[in-house]
Amino acid sequence: MHYISEILPSLLSGAGMTLQIFLWTLIGSLPLGLILSLGLISKIKPLQWLINFYVWLMRGTPLLLQLIFVFYGLPLIGIVFPRYEAALFAFILNYAAYFAEIFRGGLQSIDNGQYESARVLRLSYGQTIRKIVIPQVVKIVIPSVGNEVINLIKDSSLVYVIGIGDLLRAGNVATARDVTLVPLVLVAVLYLLLTAVTTFVLRRIEKRYSYWK
Amino acid sequence: MLEIKNITKSFGDRTIINKLSLTVKDGEILSIVGPSGAGKTTLLRCITGLEQVDSGDFLVDGQPFDPYTNRSNDSVIGVVFQNFELFPHLTVLQNITLAPTMVLKQSEAAAKAEANKLLARLNLGDHGDQYPYQLSGGQQQRVAIARALAMKPNVLCYDEPTSALDPNLRQEVEKLILSLKADGMTQIVVSHDLTFAENIADEMLHVEPNQSK
Repeated sequence: MHYISEILPSLLSGAGMTLQIFLWTLIGSLPLGLILSLGLISKIKPLQWLINFYVWLMRGTPLLLQLIFVFYGLPLIGIVFPRYEAALFAFILNYAAYFAEIFRGGLQSIDNGQYESARVLRLSYGQTIRKIVIPQVVKIVIPSVGNEVINLIKDSSLVYVIGIGDLLRAGNVATARDVTLVPLVLVAVLYLLLTAVTTFVLRRIEKRYSYWK
Repeated sequence: MLEIKNITKSFGDRTIINKLSLTVKDGEILSIVGPSGAGKTTLLRCITGLEQVDSGDFLVDGQPFDPYTNRSNDSVIGVVFQNFELFPHLTVLQNITLAPTMVLKQSEAAAKAEANKLLARLNLGDHGDQYPYQLSGGQQQRVAIARALAMKPNVLCYDEPTSALDPNLRQEVEKLILSLKADGMTQIVVSHDLTFAENIADEMLHVEPNQSK
């Protein structure tokens, strides 16, 4: 017990870093993913190709490689990111690609009749997307987005590779130093707590959207 | 009065509508009938601006207009779709007030008062706060009519108004369309149901698949 209270502060500060990366990645990648998905369903072919290429690149290479590339690779051509910014940059670009594909699926499941119905009521494209399409898409994509969100909590542990002190790294350091399993078990418990809270929040959001069918 | 002169519409090398002209007088009902594949729905989609005609003219009260590009605030054509295409995430009242507030820039209160009047007129008085999935097919259709009427159209169009409903509701629809006529509404009804179309029509237009060779 004494040992736990001794290492808990460093684990919690690591968890704080994990949470920061988690939140900023969501704040950056959800809107970016939405914009990209509108490009994916647009009728402008070159735009579609470009975004498809982007999605292929981001989903087709390991996030770990992307992190290393941004932090260790880009400086070789003169683009230098500090650690934390490098991590956010890579995570936002990577997750936006996944979200774009999820949103594209959601957008395509909206019946064309809804667009036509909005059109004969003379709503503009922007009004149609904001008032008619997005509210319906959100409901459809919540479960898939939730999956990615849970994944993100755990993926954030990849930042150890560029030397950021997150939750996993804090536990790893303590285990190596004190030669005991306890820190790793605590790390697992903290991750489970984070995912439990996130799952709860996601359920609440899902419930909020269950007022219509 | 709505006049359509010599409109032609082709998809690829298939001419669906060939030099068709028609006139609907104010307060009258035009029924467009014909077997499936004759181009009834295409004709209606051209009139409602969902398809662009290849050639021909549209006149409302002698003024030329193009339904495909019309975005002015003088609402011209209202549409009741075969499957109604209500917005499932909005209440009945919100379905009706959305376009008047966003397109016609009516105040929330004015649009709501107007919508409640329409709901009362269409015997939907207590359903304003319900969602479309909570309504029967006949009620959904009346909401779709109210939503179209809220935009104060010169002409109200129906695509197969009886086909998505229980057969014994046919007379209800007849009564409703005739009562709107009594209020002075000009209406165009596309139907494959000849008896129904004859019962309501002032003028009949028969379209045949072969006319357009």
